[in-house]
Amino acid sequence: MSATVKVDMTVNGTGTSADVEPRLLLAHYLRDVVGLKATNIGCDTTSCGACTVLVDGESVKSCTVLAVQADGTSVTTMEGLEEAHPVTAAFRAEHGLQCGFCTPGMVMASVGLLSENPTPTEREVREGLEGNLCRCTGYHNIVRAVLAASGQDPQAATAHPSRSGA
Amino acid sequence: MIPVGFEYARPGSVDEALALLTEHGEDATVLAGGHSLLPVMKLRLAAPELVIDIGRLPELSYITVDGDEVAIGAGTRHSTVETSSVLATECPLLPAVAATVGDPQVRHRGTLGGSLAHADPASDLPAAVLALGGDVVLRSTRGERKVPITSFYTGVFSTVKEPDELIVEIRVPRTGTAGWAYEKFNRRANDWAIVGVAVVDGRVGLVNMGSTPLRASTTEAALADGASIADAAALADQRTDPPADLTATADYRRHLARILTKRALTTAAG
Ligand SMILES: Cc1cc2nc3c(=O)[nH]c(=O)nc-3n(C[C@H](O)[C@H](O)[C@H](O)COP(=O)(O)OP(=O)(O)OC[C@H]3O[C@@H](n4cnc5c(N)ncnc54)[C@H](O)[C@@H]3O)c2cc1C
Ligand code: FES
Ligand code: FES
Repeated sequence: MSATVKVDMTVNGTGTSADVEPRLLLAHYLRDVVGLKATNIGCDTTSCGACTVLVDGESVKSCTVLAVQADGTSVTTMEGLEEAHPVTAAFRAEHGLQCGFCTPGMVMASVGLLSENPTPTEREVREGLEGNLCRCTGYHNIVRAVLAASGQDPQAATAHPSRSGA
Repeated sequence: MIPVGFEYARPGSVDEALALLTEHGEDATVLAGGHSLLPVMKLRLAAPELVIDIGRLPELSYITVDGDEVAIGAGTRHSTVETSSVLATECPLLPAVAATVGDPQVRHRGTLGGSLAHADPASDLPAAVLALGGDVVLRSTRGERKVPITSFYTGVFSTVKEPDELIVEIRVPRTGTAGWAYEKFNRRANDWAIVGVAVVDGRVGLVNMGSTPLRASTTEAALADGASIADAAALADQRTDPPADLTATADYRRHLARILTKRALTTAAG
């Protein structure tokens, strides 16, 4: 076993610290060392986005980041969002989830997206979430939720002129 | 999936990183964004003894105009390239190509230097830098050298970079308003290019049409001789050797190269 390395990381505003093996993934640090289980591991191959968290405000897939790479950073998981956060509230209101497995990653990717682009178009939402897979919802309600969280009317923002006639 | 155990070093400067590379040679591997290296380490296709993390060296993250060129630090992340106002005016092909890499999470981590060093023929950015005719600046404790991207790649996942060398900078010409376009063809959101074609100022770079990124040299020569876009694009797959895999046959890739080159040249011509 390789020598352990000390990491210090702010997680959801609280300082955390541990001696870890360098090969420990951030996803495992959050789940097993800090004990925050919202962050799911789906594919473990950087494909599904279920493990998405924010590192210094930017969305990353925590199955593909070492805990030591996040040393000294500020990490936000779904547990770190306040109860009435606009994105979680909108996911609830727009039925942006069914089984809920993708939801923590989808929500954190959406929070990251809205911090970079506060008023995205429908297309920008779809492209902004292209790294997150959902096997249940068919995505439409997730897209509506993100549009609603950005203060837009999801009905108007997803209206396709080409489909309105007929 | 968990990588084989390794020692971890996070040097505080490029000089410290180079000293570690000189000391440990082939036993050490550089970690930048980790979005090519960590997946292969998790699959245990790579098991370095020492990982040298250069991912947070501010020295390696910059985009500056320098004479006729733009100098980009090797540690500059795809998301930074994508949103750079300097590149938007001086070399707009590069941010447009960076924006097609993976997904936002991947672009927040992956770096330009890592993408060039990894030398995956399916990568977008190496072919873009090739179309631009850029240079790769390599440094070791032995000194620094500038390698034209045209002689940087030697095969699949291999380059002329020595084990003790770091890519420190990528230099691309200021192409300004010269016509450019990037055509990336894939089947699903988030996928790698089945074939990609980068065009800038009459030069054409091909993604996934051989063991390295390639220039469509026959097309470029035809354009220089005054051929029409349609005639020149019909030659885009000459002197290529595209792979066959689950997503496409070699012939289909040849077809795509011709079609995408035609589209890219048409867009670039405005
Ligand atoms: C899900 C997913 C989708 C992706 N999709 C695409 C895509 O569509 N198109 C695309 O082009 N790429 C894609 N990538 C790859 C991505 O762009 C990688 O980030 C990039 O190829 C490697 O950059 P990195 O900084 O992460 O390098 P790392 O993974 O840290 O390193 C890769 C290799 O380069 C070496 N290295 C890194 N930096 C240097 C340096 N400065 N000097 C010398 N050697 C160095 C390392 O030692 C290692 O061998 C994808 C990756 C993932 C995980
Ligand atoms: S578990 Fe990290 S992307 Fe799927
Ligand atoms: S709600 Fe089930 S995977 Fe998205």
